Amino acid sequence: MYTELLQLYAEYTATVDAGNWDRWPEFFTEDCVYKLQPRENHERGLPLATLHFHSKGMLQDRVYGIRETLFHDPYYQRHVVSLPRVLAVDRGRWFLEANYAVFRTKLGEISTVFNVGRYLDEVVRVDGALKFASRFCIYDSEMIPNAIIYPI
Amino acid sequence: MHRVPYWVYTDPDTYRRELDRFYYAGHWCYIGLEAEIPHPGDFRRSVVGERSVIMVRTQDGGVRVLENVCAHRGAQFCRERQGNRKEFVCPYHQWAYDLEGKLRGIPYRRGIRQDGQLNGGMPADFQMEGRGLTSLKVAVRGGVVFASFDHSLESFEDYLGPTILSYFDRVFDGRKLKILGYNRQRIPGNWKLMQENIKDPYHPGLLHSWFVTFGLWRADSKTSLKMDPHKRHAAMIGVRSVGKPAGDVVSGVTSYKADMSLRDPRQLDIVPEEWWKGPTAVMLTLFPSLIIQQQVNSLSMRHIQPRGPGVFDFVWTHFAFEDDSDEMIQRRLLQANLFGPSGYVSADDGEVIEFSQMGFQEKPDQQCLLEMGGHDSEEATNIASETLIRGMYQYWRRVMGV
Repeated sequence: MYTELLQLYAEYTATVDAGNWDRWPEFFTEDCVYKLQPRENHERGLPLATLHFHSKGMLQDRVYGIRETLFHDPYYQRHVVSLPRVLAVDRGRWFLEANYAVFRTKLGEISTVFNVGRYLDEVVRVDGALKFASRFCIYDSEMIPNAIIYPI
Repeated sequence: MHRVPYWVYTDPDTYRRELDRFYYAGHWCYIGLEAEIPHPGDFRRSVVGERSVIMVRTQDGGVRVLENVCAHRGAQFCRERQGNRKEFVCPYHQWAYDLEGKLRGIPYRRGIRQDGQLNGGMPADFQMEGRGLTSLKVAVRGGVVFASFDHSLESFEDYLGPTILSYFDRVFDGRKLKILGYNRQRIPGNWKLMQENIKDPYHPGLLHSWFVTFGLWRADSKTSLKMDPHKRHAAMIGVRSVGKPAGDVVSGVTSYKADMSLRDPRQLDIVPEEWWKGPTAVMLTLFPSLIIQQQVNSLSMRHIQPRGPGVFDFVWTHFAFEDDSDEMIQRRLLQANLFGPSGYVSADDGEVIEFSQMGFQEKPDQQCLLEMGGHDSEEATNIASETLIRGMYQYWRRVMGV
């Protein structure tokens, strides 16, 4: 099972680093929650997130936004993700935590540390495949270097 | 006033003078919200220009804004973002200040007892009085805290002028505020570009597809552009257009997506609120440091924190009202996906500001064109106008003496 979880993490990372946006929502359940949130808000119980999506449909809307509506400087992103730590297992739901660092490389520029934090995840099995029921990206980085366009 | 040379955004001496004349004198700067410090002793750090300050709730319930610089050796003694204190103590030599900023304690002030004698210490004529932290002049209105190093400054109400004040009061009418959270971004551009961005009704219907396609802000919107008598502050007031736009409104507008729809429409579940009194969006620019956003059900304070001629931090505080229903708070939070450093109609503002700054740095003597809607800076009622930016630069020239 743990190997299967590792494969889920590795596939997710490969997908968002490759810019394979159409595949990104497929890692999630239909009524998933995806949240990108500053650590301050998370720790103080403040609900505001930088991005807060409440369904796979909202993730698909984000993909449309990345492709069609958000004007931005193109960049590569590269995730380095730690081995996930199992926090709890409860009736087929896996609660996991993993550290991440995302590097950004803009055209013609050196690579920089872009966003650093941890994933807080809830993984379930849907029709035989593991999916994220929720994925919270809680970031330490106190400043976003201008904008975050692509999913972390 | 319809040309701005690029050096206005890049020259370090100009930037220093701007800090002195706009941030450190003559102007009210945004500090924070009273709701961030509800109890006596609560404090939260903020900035005025590049200077670190502390907003604190005193024992008698008042609000003080103190400079975060110890009177002794200049240490920026408060490093926490926020908390609760009975007093402030500098870690270096433990000089202690009360919540009003008054100096209350100096270790070994009377010297050290050695062999029955007091040696060292402060001179006998040393006065504690008047040696406290620099205390700023404070204005609190509707739960919003402003401050200035300049104690000769006019009242906050006179500073805004009646028109802008009425739009300020529209949001902050005495209802208690509820903090929803923060977003922080560092934008590699001159701080004035963010003021200009929110004084520019020409770009939203072009740069931002969401605004055009969902009618939140587009060429056929009912719009008015208002200013204070000095033309430093402004209000961009809009009414959402519902329905498909007419052909000439979007012809040639490549960001308009006729077939765009949301798979999950909850992100745009707009419910009109009584206090809007008509407009669906009012974007207020309070010179020099604040933008107040009401765009449909989403509300935020956007604090401009300059960090040099070519970069500023942009700190967003989203809020709701204490008497909002849970549904309304959820709605405000979901609509927050439009705003902030990743937002559908805001992420790209930071991006284009960066592009402008890149252009400016290459050729300081070239000039920006600001001729949309003419050459003067009168109030207007259409989006094809840069009148608010021209007004701001008229004021800027007067204060800067250039």
